[in-house]
Amino acid sequence: MKYALSIAVIVLTVGFVAAGSIHGSGPQATTPDGAVQAMFADVKSRNWDDAFQKYLANSANIQKADFIADLAGRDGSLRSYSALERVDTSVLHQNHDQALVRVNLEYYSAVGALEDNRDLKVVREGGEWKVIWPVAKQVKVPPQVIPVTFLRWDVVYRGAQDDWGAQDVAPPKVRITSMNAIEHEGSVIIMGEIVNDDTVPGFISVNATLIGKNDEVLGEETAFDKISHVLLPKAVSPFRIDFPGVRLAQVKNVRMTPNSLLVPASADPVVGVTHQRLSVDDRGHHELAGELLNEGGMTVNIPQVLATFYDNAGKVAWVSDGYVSRALLPGVPEPFAVSVADDLAAKVQTYRVSVNTFSWSR
Amino acid sequence: MRKQVLIFGAIILGLTRCLWAGDLRVPQKAVVNTAVAVGTQGEGSGTLYLIGPALCFKHAVRLGETVQLTPEDVRTAGVYTAILRSDGNVVSRSFVVSPGPVERMSFLAQPSRVPANARDVITGTVFVLDRRDNLVLAPVPVDFTLTAEDSPIIHRTVDAHEGVAWTRMDSSRRSGNAQFTATSGEASVKRIVQQVAAEPCNLRFHARPAKAAILVETDPVRDCAGNAVPDGMIVTFTDLDPLGKSTVDAVVKKGIAQALLPAARRATISVAAGVVVGNEIHWEGGQ
Repeated sequence: MKYALSIAVIVLTVGFVAAGSIHGSGPQATTPDGAVQAMFADVKSRNWDDAFQKYLANSANIQKADFIADLAGRDGSLRSYSALERVDTSVLHQNHDQALVRVNLEYYSAVGALEDNRDLKVVREGGEWKVIWPVAKQVKVPPQVIPVTFLRWDVVYRGAQDDWGAQDVAPPKVRITSMNAIEHEGSVIIMGEIVNDDTVPGFISVNATLIGKNDEVLGEETAFDKISHVLLPKAVSPFRIDFPGVRLAQVKNVRMTPNSLLVPASADPVVGVTHQRLSVDDRGHHELAGELLNEGGMTVNIPQVLATFYDNAGKVAWVSDGYVSRALLPGVPEPFAVSVADDLAAKVQTYRVSVNTFSWSR
Repeated sequence: MRKQVLIFGAIILGLTRCLWAGDLRVPQKAVVNTAVAVGTQGEGSGTLYLIGPALCFKHAVRLGETVQLTPEDVRTAGVYTAILRSDGNVVSRSFVVSPGPVERMSFLAQPSRVPANARDVITGTVFVLDRRDNLVLAPVPVDFTLTAEDSPIIHRTVDAHEGVAWTRMDSSRRSGNAQFTATSGEASVKRIVQQVAAEPCNLRFHARPAKAAILVETDPVRDCAGNAVPDGMIVTFTDLDPLGKSTVDAVVKKGIAQALLPAARRATISVAAGVVVGNEIHWEGGQ
């Protein structure tokens, strides 16, 4: 009798462990969205073998390395440094043997959430559903020699041996060419454009201070990553500064402070932005889509797209940005899409896109 | 009677003590870096204190002797105060030590880089100093000279007030390094100001078909004075075709910017640099 409690605890423990290992806690491939969820559960835990062999109907027709690269990223891209966090599925249509499942993937990265939306065909094989993974042809850059002729600036600063009064190299002159303040979704948004009026590159930042009706400071913020920080001569960058929780009616004045530092910089790579068009995505949200083309010879690991939208008076109506989760290989077009605030999309008359680039090898 | 004599004697003694107490003689004018004598008068001994902008000393003296200050003691211009203390009496006298002639200058030329052919963009500020770095407060003329290749020399003379002279000058029409010199007396200081091309002017480009693309190339990009813009400037080509809009931010190299735009049968191509817009081409019949 005195051992009854110990025996009972041991029995219950063994029972719970067995139940967990036998039945499993994940989704089952008995329904189309269940199959997709089960596959992505393995992808999330990086159990690539199970994801590839158990849940793919066409595993014989595709390379496992391509499947992994498609989901986990490659070429030092932003995707390769992010983690799949959320998978939302919805069945678009289904019959006895086939279904089309929309999956919305959310990756967490150092620059915020990255979204990836796909429509996957799912087929029934026996009693289970399996995913037909789209065969994406991996574009390879052929071996070649690409002459590197990009410009680069280095800076020699004044030192202790220079006499008092000898001028140092001056930072570049920058100028805010336009500014617009709106209230959107409970925040005051200050946006506009800044140009490098000088002949040397600079590291740019824009700060804004909101002054209230009683001359109190309502907030002080910076553009953070909604700006091209490195501006080459005569380059124009948008900026957007958000003040959450502040209403426009509270603001009496806005004080803008552009700052510039003279820094070493490089003019490579040149990235073309082609076939830009305003459209509506599958969820009915407005977006600006297009393709990025790396016209240089070096891989761009992390590209960031900055889009400036103008109204019919030429005023900046909105600024949005987005990171492309795939690397830009030389000469290989890569699609991108950045969102446009739906309530402001009707005001958009024209737009301009610029690209920030980051390469690990530089 | 006796009482009256005693009182009279005490009064006389007090007056005598006052008359024979120490006094100071200080110079009417003094200049830095030259010896200065401070004389004392009276009988007995005392203590002389001397306080100046960079000096503070105490010296036991016999009244009647002269204390010599070395040139090193009076190296700093300003007000000096001599205080003599003897027999419980204190006497103080002040004198001014003036700066010497201009032998040095601190010259600030701003900025280090200016657009060519612009008005009042170069500022020069001079602080005139003597050998001991004292600010020369008397009005002295300062000559400013701006010299650039293939440009007339610009010369201006400004009187320094309270030790400061400043001027504004236009940049020359041609780009390049300009020599900015300030001269006063024996002192002369030179600074270099880089004059760079201003905003692009008459920005023009042409287009021709390339392999599965349109090659666009600018004419040599110059400012309104004809100076070639420096390499590295961004020129943006924009292409509007039925498939959408395409843009490329090209970089000027050796005075020319070029880029590849996607091929199209029909497109409108334009060019811009900063806030300057160039010509527009209506492209038809591409590859």
